[in-house]
Amino acid sequence: MQFTSFLDNGHLTVALTGEIDHHCAKNYIQTIAAKIEAYTPEVCVLDFQEVSFVDSSGIAVVINALRNMSQIEGKLILTGICQQPMRVFRASGIDKLVEMKEAVR
Amino acid sequence: MKFENYMILEFPSRSSNEAFARSAVACFASQMDPTLEELGDIRTAVSEAVTNCIVHAYPNEYGLITLRCRILKDNILDVVVKDQGVGIADIEQARRPMYTTGGNDRSGMGFTIMESFMTSFEIKSAVGKGTTVHMRRRIQKRK
Repeated sequence: MQFTSFLDNGHLTVALTGEIDHHCAKNYIQTIAAKIEAYTPEVCVLDFQEVSFVDSSGIAVVINALRNMSQIEGKLILTGICQQPMRVFRASGIDKLVEMKEAVR
Repeated sequence: MKFENYMILEFPSRSSNEAFARSAVACFASQMDPTLEELGDIRTAVSEAVTNCIVHAYPNEYGLITLRCRILKDNILDVVVKDQGVGIADIEQARRPMYTTGGNDRSGMGFTIMESFMTSFEIKSAVGKGTTVHMRRRIQKRK
């Protein structure tokens, strides 16, 4: 799976797409980890604008990205989160560990 | 007749069926005129239950997953997800938030999400025989 990403002034933005479930979670985890390793950004922004669904596998994706970023003492931010993914993140409490911005509706 | 409508699905525990199962239930439930939020909650809970069968019930083989949905009176969606897999020895431990026997691509939040997104949630399991998850969600009648 390929995601569009760009690096601007130490900020890496990764634009995720699709539905994040157990079937494809490993792909997301590995792709994000590879990009963070390649660019060692100060801030990694995961753009959730085009993510229409996540289940608890999506929480694992965020936790892994958080781990990747704390290893290089960087910061993780999630942006553009739609209603359904936001409910899952809130139910898990991970919204208290990571800065999260909801999609503008 | 205690139920107004029902459907039964049977499929092997392939991970590609996770998306199929949650979409099928969402399609079936749409006749109850749910809000997007209610539909999202149902899709999420079904995804968790089916994923559990795929990851935990049948760790080394493809096994059978049965999914039954019924519409009960008072606009209640009743969902049963059943497997004939390895079963859960300690259900209380399995339900604990963040507890998982899966790898680091699992979060251990599956049961927590099913419990908080559905109106009721019940699990029965016997080691070596399988696990049944029974959940219900009341759909608010809209004026």
